[in-house]
Amino acid sequence: MMASAITYLPGKEPHVREHRLIFKNIDRVGYDPSIECYEQNGGYVQLKKAFTMARADITNEVKKSGLRGRGGAGFPTGVKWGFIPPTNTKPVYIICNADESEPGTFKDRYILHQDPHQLLEGMIIACFAVGAKLGYIYIREEFPMAAIIVEKAIAEAHAKGYLGKNIQGSGFDCELYVHRGAGAYICGEETGLIESLEGKRPYPRIKPPYFPAALGLYMCPTIVNNVESLCHVKHILEMGGETYAKLGTPNNTGTRILCVSGDVVNPGYFEVEVGKVTMGEVIDVLCGGLKPGRKLKAIIPGGSSAKVLRADEVFKLKDGRELTIMDIPMDFDTMAACGSMAGSGGVIIMDDSRSMSWVINNLNNFYAHESCGQCTPCREGSLWMKKISDRIVAGTASPDDVDTLESVANQIEGKTICAFGEACSWPTQSFIKKFGDELKGDCKPELAGKVVAEEGAIAAAGLVAV
Amino acid sequence: MAFEVSSELEKKIDEVITHYPVSKRSAVLPLLHLIQHEFRYIQDEAVNWVAAKLGLEPIQVLEVVTFYPGFRQNAPGKYHIRVCRTLSCAMAGSYELMDALCAATKIDRSHADHHHPISVSADGKYSIEFAECLASCGFGPVCMVEDDFHEKVDVSKVGELLAKYPV
Ligand SMILES: Cc1cc2nc3c(=O)[nH]c(=O)nc-3n(C[C@H](O)[C@H](O)[C@H](O)COP(=O)(O)O)c2cc1C
Ligand code: SF4
Ligand code: FES
Repeated sequence: MMASAITYLPGKEPHVREHRLIFKNIDRVGYDPSIECYEQNGGYVQLKKAFTMARADITNEVKKSGLRGRGGAGFPTGVKWGFIPPTNTKPVYIICNADESEPGTFKDRYILHQDPHQLLEGMIIACFAVGAKLGYIYIREEFPMAAIIVEKAIAEAHAKGYLGKNIQGSGFDCELYVHRGAGAYICGEETGLIESLEGKRPYPRIKPPYFPAALGLYMCPTIVNNVESLCHVKHILEMGGETYAKLGTPNNTGTRILCVSGDVVNPGYFEVEVGKVTMGEVIDVLCGGLKPGRKLKAIIPGGSSAKVLRADEVFKLKDGRELTIMDIPMDFDTMAACGSMAGSGGVIIMDDSRSMSWVINNLNNFYAHESCGQCTPCREGSLWMKKISDRIVAGTASPDDVDTLESVANQIEGKTICAFGEACSWPTQSFIKKFGDELKGDCKPELAGKVVAEEGAIAAAGLVAV
Repeated sequence: MAFEVSSELEKKIDEVITHYPVSKRSAVLPLLHLIQHEFRYIQDEAVNWVAAKLGLEPIQVLEVVTFYPGFRQNAPGKYHIRVCRTLSCAMAGSYELMDALCAATKIDRSHADHHHPISVSADGKYSIEFAECLASCGFGPVCMVEDDFHEKVDVSKVGELLAKYPV
């Protein structure tokens, strides 16, 4: 163990409101990604402990911890592990989702670059718990250094007997490999990721029947977990599931890393106990407030796919609570009750200098670019949402275009193979619901009721196509 | 550039294939990465070569190349630049950054589209494209030059940034 107290790089010290578990070693003076450094700091002790436990007990600790996936959906990790059919005789695989591509999200990158062994330890424990002898870490292509660092970490873990055959004399064999993506957002969706790992286009698979825990990689049971989720596993073993569950709030346990970007004085990443800080505290305390002279306008609270919240909304919840946007605790359940989602932890703050037409147009360009194209509503709809919002921003839209935009979004949600359909329609639906007047205000009233061509010219009478 | 796989590259390729004991097809992406790293882009000969190596039909490789934005079918510049286009970076000035980089490298992006996302300078020294969220949204505007990551890029100082890349 290091004798000296932990210090952080100047300007990168954790805020006093943070609770650093996963990010304890991020930006730490003297900490490097080597296995020696990791071992000096208590590394791989939990893996050794795991080998003394019954496999089902590890999964039970994770269940007791209440850990919910940090990749976006917030699904309980221990429950997911338990979905592998008890009668299964096929090989089981684990995949770490290090695609980190939901706009607004920037947390996994620091673990991969600065503390890769923390991820490996959590992942090897998970492999042992579910009986996976082969696993892949799917790293987005735009993290080339991370791929090198994690590959080096894997080699180090091999050399020290934490991977390979008969790990630490346990009789358990396990191999992990890095697999690099190639720049497509849809590879973050777990079944698209699996197709990509099989060497194909990342076309998501339909669920049912292709739930990865039953029919995943090579049609075998596969556990897909986010980088941050797998890191938590190590800390759950260290603390015990019940103690871990005391962090955070009921049903929203543990810590999570919030990634704040946009119009605040100090954007950045903050690891906090789930639900123990409010949105107002995120903005004013963690991020130093809004920029001078600016007023809050809107917040996207959980990655770009989460529905936008308007600054002046009051949320009346079923349990009787009445919350302003600033009162919302940063947890899964309250954010859902307020009509949005905590998602990937990416919080995008927008002040009164921002045009909502411009913002939704930026996002619509993203989704049009990233649709995999399998489902007609998503492929065509995401493109039309982009085209329509392009012309709202260009000032050549008719006010009817806003209604058309909404109807396109409504025709995608719930009608597609994967959740990208929701991911691309929720932003448009919510921006229209909450900022529809502003969007209409950016259109040309004199074009109302007319068929308008893409460039904004009035199309020839009788022609329907635009 | 002629497509000839050196024995050194083939050694790396053979090693990578062992990472996929269940299905060689899984090695399509890593092989394409290794080849693109060496040759800068994926030529038709490379598609055929990867297919033969993995026992696939060429279309099974080509459909991968054409789907993923990370694979290029044309030569980029000596230094390839990717500017993040997505919301948080756009709010921090990434479109302005794109304009400044194009001006400094004399790249004309007016013909960029879905089929030709990459624009190359006339002298072949630089190429540029927009990328979607590069996962550093709190520190925009963000760009990558080759494998290097640059955060909080000062739009007025792109000359200093480019000076790190001698042409
Ligand atoms: C369109 C789309 C993109 C996604 N992108 C990511 C991503 O970049 N990283 C991630 O961990 N999960 C992503 N997910 C969620 C994954 O499908 C999956 O739920 C997650 O990796 C499971 O891990 P967890 O249970 O640990 O959260 C995405 C989902 C969808 C629908
Ligand atoms: S919803 Fe969109 S991204 Fe998902 S499978 Fe269908 S077309 Fe592809
Ligand atoms: S929006 Fe540019 S890095 Fe995320």
